[in-house]
Amino acid sequence: MSDKSSKQEKRGGKAARAEDAEQADAVVETPVAAAPTRLSVFKTYKLYVGGKFPRSESGRVYEVTDSTDKWLANAPQASRKDARDAVVAARKAVPGWSGATAYNRGQVLYRVAEMLEGRREQFAREVADAEGLTPDEAAAVVDAAVDRWVWYAGWTDKIAQVVGGANPVAGPFFNLSTPEPTGVVAVLAPQESSLLGLVSVVAPVIATGNTAVVVASQRAPLPALSLSEVLATSDVPAGVVNVLSGFTAELGAPLAAHLDVNGLDLTGADAELARELEISAAENLKRVRRPSAAGPEDWQADPGVERLTAWLETKTVWHPIGV
Amino acid sequence: MDTEVSARAAGPRAGGGATGWEGVTGSVTGSDAALKRFLHGLPGVDAVGLEERAAVLGTRSIKTSAKAYAIDLAISMIDLTTLEGADTPGKVRTLCAKGMRPDPGDRAVPQVAAICVYPDMVAVAKDALKGSGVQVASVATAFPSGRAALEVKLADTRAAVAAGADEIDMVIDRGAFLAGRYLEVFEQIQAVGEACVRPDSSRAHLKVIFENGELATYDNIRRCSWLAMLAGADFIKTSTGKVAVNATPAGTLLMLEAVRDFRRMTGVQVGVKPAGGIRTAKDAVKYLVLVNETAGEDWLSPQWFRFGASSLLNDLLMQRQKLATGRYSGPDYVTVD
Repeated sequence: MSDKSSKQEKRGGKAARAEDAEQADAVVETPVAAAPTRLSVFKTYKLYVGGKFPRSESGRVYEVTDSTDKWLANAPQASRKDARDAVVAARKAVPGWSGATAYNRGQVLYRVAEMLEGRREQFAREVADAEGLTPDEAAAVVDAAVDRWVWYAGWTDKIAQVVGGANPVAGPFFNLSTPEPTGVVAVLAPQESSLLGLVSVVAPVIATGNTAVVVASQRAPLPALSLSEVLATSDVPAGVVNVLSGFTAELGAPLAAHLDVNGLDLTGADAELARELEISAAENLKRVRRPSAAGPEDWQADPGVERLTAWLETKTVWHPIGV
Repeated sequence: MDTEVSARAAGPRAGGGATGWEGVTGSVTGSDAALKRFLHGLPGVDAVGLEERAAVLGTRSIKTSAKAYAIDLAISMIDLTTLEGADTPGKVRTLCAKGMRPDPGDRAVPQVAAICVYPDMVAVAKDALKGSGVQVASVATAFPSGRAALEVKLADTRAAVAAGADEIDMVIDRGAFLAGRYLEVFEQIQAVGEACVRPDSSRAHLKVIFENGELATYDNIRRCSWLAMLAGADFIKTSTGKVAVNATPAGTLLMLEAVRDFRRMTGVQVGVKPAGGIRTAKDAVKYLVLVNETAGEDWLSPQWFRFGASSLLNDLLMQRQKLATGRYSGPDYVTVD
């Protein structure tokens, strides 16, 4: 714990230096003989598309600040072409991911939880910055996010029994219904909950074999961009999750209109944008999940299976008995 | 030898003028040594400069109305190709239907230039394309390796021409070329050219495939281009699409320079066909920029520039739909081949 707090102090010093060089000179730490001044290494946040970490095709970035408007980093401001590329990557990943066994998908999702667990400190810091939480609150949020991955990892090979099954029919047939993934789902991640909310909307999409194009929270995209590093190192095949940062309205429009997107999760859109995008999505009859009408959702609550079933189609097979 | 092919090879001598070309050609194709001297006397290729030039031309931004023009032009330049062991008459007929009407929902989409098939499928394709204006191209001469006796290659060609092929895509003997037996390659191209002549003395167009990926150097591609043009090729084509390295922008640029220089010296215009590995509309537009900036506008027509491709057409159609509707399209909205 003491190690952690000293690290945070040091980080505070660095941030101050970046912000105001003159003040930083005054903050020079206790001079130690022959100790070289170390230059801080800033992280370049990038998009996550098709298993790679590209900059935005447009070359644009925008400033990301913490809850008190202090500059944190520049995040890539993705363009509609980045969205298009992400959809292509997601489409390419559909056959492999939806064809994997549910058991295998569960293992991969559990692996994500393991990787996230190993980077709890980094995420706690980013969440604290993004949402203005105390270190303890932020750590609790990260723990909840890890648990959320585990929860959905467990559901991968159980959802079929819950929503599928044998149907009694009036004839000599076995009649079996099984849930199948919808395909490519565009997800507008919640704006206020930068990590737990994000995991809560992405994990159910991919748990059942869909692939996702995620638009991260516009104000706080850094945890999402860091989460993509976790995904890249935890056996999630390239293209299954693609993360874009930028302006939700700008990226939502081409995704909602895209004819190769099968589902649209509007959780992160305000009422007006959601209405506009839903109209646009009607062109090719995308499945649309509307944002909650009752304001921000409680991400700590038991999620249930509603977000899993939102992105499932039911296939029913009739098979003659006694043949 | 009294064919258009030999007449063409002799052409420069006849109408050469003040280029000094007539003196060269007279002896160029006379013997193996003379041909070798000529081909090795061509200036060496600056590989770095060539690749740089091709890359720079690939960065041109083509938008809105220019893009719409380029997409339609590219569609009309496609040799829609199926060269699989598993080709069936049904598959060829399907491809022909697609070539004649690429987007059934939009009659404004131009038809492709040709359907490219194996010789045994020529009759099927010819029948399916009757009256449409779409050409039938057939590969021949023991495609894709070209490893057969000359007699076999000529019989292969004659059979395709007799079945009604409008265009013959022949492969050169890369083994002979790499071993330096240029005259042998030259004579084979001429012989196949003669086999393209129909009984009514009209002739099928001859495209000569180099297989750039197997020629190893840019110098070889330049030499091969000149060799094929001297031997009477109507088109020079980059690749079979059956090896690891297919059409590249740099290789195509080099060939475009060769046809440009050849016309400057002899007055004879030869077409270029990159084939294999061109899958996106963006790639196709880059090639069109290369054509316009290197050979010039005269080559910007299906008569002088072709794409050998199969999946390219779908991407062009999707881009066309995007331009028309403003929505990104998807593979669900084009036919599956």
